[in-house]
Amino acid sequence: MAYKLIGKNFTPPDLRAKVTGKAKYAEDFRVEGMVFCKMLLSPMPHARVTSIDTSDALAMDGVLGVLTAEDVPAAEGAGESILTNNPHYIGEPILAIAAVDETIAADAIERVKIEYEPLPFVIDPLESLYPGGPDARDGGNVANARVALQTVKWNARDFASVEEGQLPMSGEPQTEWEYGDLDLAFSDAAVVYDETFVTASNSHHSMEPRSAMSYWENGKCFVYGSSQSQSFVVPGLAGLIGIEVKDLVYIAEFCGGGFGSKGGAYAVMAVPAHMSKKIGRPVMLRITRAEEYYLGSNRAGFQGRTKIGFADDGRIIAVDMYVVQSNGPNTGFWDYTEAGAAVSICYQPDAMRYRGIPVLTNTPPGGPQRGPGENQIACVFEPLLDKAARELGVDRLEIRKINAPDNDTIFDGHQSPVTSAYQREALTNGAETFGWVEKSAMSGQRNGTKVIGVGIGQAYHSAGAAGFDGLVRITPDGKLHIHSGVGNLGTYSYAGTSRIAAEALSYDWENCVIERGDTRKHLPWNFGQFGSNTSFTMGRSYHAAAMDAKQKLLEIAAAEFGGAASDYDIADEVVFATADASKTMTYAEAAQKAIEMGGKYDGHEPPDDINPMTTAAVAGVAGSGLVGVAKDNYDISAIPPALAAGFMMIELDIETGDVEILSYTGSIDCGTVIHPQSLATQIKGGAVMGIGLATKERIVYDPQNGVAANVGFYQAKPPSYLDVPATMEWTAVDIADPQSPLGTRGMGEPVMGCAASAMISAISDALGGHYFNRTPIVTDMIVNALAGQEQSHKPLQVATY
Amino acid sequence: MKDPVTFYPGESGRGTGVSVLKNKASRRAFIKGVIASGAIAGSSTFLFGGIGGCSSDQPAAGAVERLLSLNVNGRVRRVDVLPNETLAMTLRYKLGLTGTKLSCDRGECGACTVVIDGVSTYSCSTLTHMVGNRQVRTIEGLEGPDGELHPIQQAFIDELGPQCGFCTPGQIMSTVALLEANPNPTRDEARHALSGNLCRCGAYDHYLNSVMRAAQGA
Repeated sequence: MAYKLIGKNFTPPDLRAKVTGKAKYAEDFRVEGMVFCKMLLSPMPHARVTSIDTSDALAMDGVLGVLTAEDVPAAEGAGESILTNNPHYIGEPILAIAAVDETIAADAIERVKIEYEPLPFVIDPLESLYPGGPDARDGGNVANARVALQTVKWNARDFASVEEGQLPMSGEPQTEWEYGDLDLAFSDAAVVYDETFVTASNSHHSMEPRSAMSYWENGKCFVYGSSQSQSFVVPGLAGLIGIEVKDLVYIAEFCGGGFGSKGGAYAVMAVPAHMSKKIGRPVMLRITRAEEYYLGSNRAGFQGRTKIGFADDGRIIAVDMYVVQSNGPNTGFWDYTEAGAAVSICYQPDAMRYRGIPVLTNTPPGGPQRGPGENQIACVFEPLLDKAARELGVDRLEIRKINAPDNDTIFDGHQSPVTSAYQREALTNGAETFGWVEKSAMSGQRNGTKVIGVGIGQAYHSAGAAGFDGLVRITPDGKLHIHSGVGNLGTYSYAGTSRIAAEALSYDWENCVIERGDTRKHLPWNFGQFGSNTSFTMGRSYHAAAMDAKQKLLEIAAAEFGGAASDYDIADEVVFATADASKTMTYAEAAQKAIEMGGKYDGHEPPDDINPMTTAAVAGVAGSGLVGVAKDNYDISAIPPALAAGFMMIELDIETGDVEILSYTGSIDCGTVIHPQSLATQIKGGAVMGIGLATKERIVYDPQNGVAANVGFYQAKPPSYLDVPATMEWTAVDIADPQSPLGTRGMGEPVMGCAASAMISAISDALGGHYFNRTPIVTDMIVNALAGQEQSHKPLQVATY
Repeated sequence: MKDPVTFYPGESGRGTGVSVLKNKASRRAFIKGVIASGAIAGSSTFLFGGIGGCSSDQPAAGAVERLLSLNVNGRVRRVDVLPNETLAMTLRYKLGLTGTKLSCDRGECGACTVVIDGVSTYSCSTLTHMVGNRQVRTIEGLEGPDGELHPIQQAFIDELGPQCGFCTPGQIMSTVALLEANPNPTRDEARHALSGNLCRCGAYDHYLNSVMRAAQGA
């Protein structure tokens, strides 16, 4: 279908501010009388504060007050504390001090006398599962956002296999599911592998640290924060501050990167709000890079094992997998269950058993990071496809196509259907753009000390939700105001999906205004901007609101000229009688008429089924024009999958272990393409993060003291310009999703995992089929492999160099 | 049960008992401490860039400000500056030029890049007192008098260079320095010239497209 706006490039309205320096991030706001606060962070991975003496600190000139755990709401269960006297990781905030300037606040922190009782801590989840092993928290060693805090210990005999480098499969899992006849499927397999693997935890390290500024005015709390989402943050943040949603003004115009770590409200954002309330001044809390490492969350690490069976044609017929998740000390994220779902959808085994357990660790809090669970597991499984292809004599592209999901796919423990899936087409398109036939023929070619490797990777993420509200408004000047509560995480999807409302109302984009970034702009209840969901979820919400506005336009014309609404139609910002060219009115005129008619037309009578936040937003704009507002009640009967394939060619130096990427193509199945230029930059940017995941990034901890060794960028090694190719290619299937009104769905996450796994596939190829079962594959691991030496880590060792 | 341990967070490293951050610690002791502890206390990273004096109430205790004339974006600005104040902090907190960003505040990422006498420079690692007689240019100085965009800014828009935008001012200022020194760079030269500017969104490809488009337009 040909659209006026969808599928076309455009300049997102926030772009100019980004290139002129006018874009305001949280730390760029200033208010009269603003003061600063600094936090005292735990120096121990697990401890109890036994005494705090702030008298010297408070006696300093310029110090305005101290905030301790007693002043803020306590976290429940394994929830994230705002401030705590029972820290569970190094860097956890214990107290904060405000002063007239930041230097004084920092000096005052140094004068706090504080005593700690050190408690046992755990970095390696397996230690905590061992009988009598340390627990990361009082009251348990297993918890997750979806799992209550509890204690699970395995038997000592379960650990016998650890000595042989194998993860025990006999220990009690926290969750499990199974389908098909696993024993039968394994007995039919031509090849069975049994592999133990480790994927490292790594830091999000968003460029913008999560600074926040807050003040109180007329009973309302104002917070300027850094978050991916807008409306979705508000209920959680109001709860952290201890106020009602209506009393929070939340401003988040720009977000300097989140990657999952700023999806919802987070605890430290509430510190300046509480401090401001206590001292009666506006408070800025600037977060340092090191603090961002501690507070900014981590991707969960995995210790896992899988048994995988292939038929002789390369079909994957059986998978048995077990994942132990390094969860961090708090609720974290359910990467471990996503990993099971990803394997099930990407490889379509006839029979599969999945088991997993999230184990608490005294490392920075876990949080979803771009493709949580799916991208780690892609790095584990894609090389196994290569291994089987080699052994069975099947082409590496073909083995992926044979196993790829399609429209008939059902997957995971729930045996869920998909809205649509064209991974086979994504593989075909990607292979063609990349030149797979020619490039794979170069595999193993030597040029001096360098050898060529080529690889393919794939990844998945569920890419949408349903049931959120849309709000649009046509004002008497003829403009379409698109009220966006989704947020601005930096992908421009807030703008791309806004164009769905404009498209559905036959609007010129020049006449559209996106209202966003500040709760005072009357923003509806929208889902958070994460999980690759915006293109699907907001596509539905905006379309629903636009259809409501369209129906009102038709009814207003019928009221003006007579007849039924069905006698009218819209085009080019005019509503007209289909049978009588003289009966036309502009949208501007219709908006004026809507105000005169009142009731539902101008927002005075909102629908009953919308969220209270949307009802409040509608009340705020009532009487200002024609108001289109609706909950997304469209049918949803399946999971919209984002599927991606990556193709990479590298040159590996057999003397130094250095890997240089010669060529990369990302290929995507994301339904209808909304904004090609933005899609391109997501595919390529995701690949950059994937390169980091595959070969560079990991947390490292001193096992004796629990001290972090790579806090800054320098040690954490996010990829730079010189770590990635100077150009990359991309392609998209561009077939509409049937459960999205204009066919759109997201893709931000698997575009990272497909590149990461393609790189691992390519490295293994360059090494003639050496499989590491560990990410990242760092240079010394390659050198050891080339020299035939043992690796410096034990197979299940974690958080180590 | 072990005996409780007393920690003075500013003086200790990360529970190692090594004094690393006391002002009077020697450079050698400081470096040894950092090596021993493996980490610098997060709470104190901005100390060295201290913003004493930018508050409306009173200057930082013991700090002595000196009035300085700075040439920023072609204008002479008079500003009180602390001895240990970084240019990034002066720009952001005293001159209201918040387009220059702080992301690491320790010379690792380039978000704070400005151009000083034609050279791209990390303003987080430059003392304001060092730039008194030099020409400082920031992202805010690129637009023309009537708000028309600099060709480099326009190229960054046309190629959809930025994603989240936080590193963008730094990327653009590095591009300004590059193209003034070498108006016709190869893509590889551009890649090296901008390699001191990290982008966590990974927008490198589109940033390079922007640089090359700007170079062609120049």
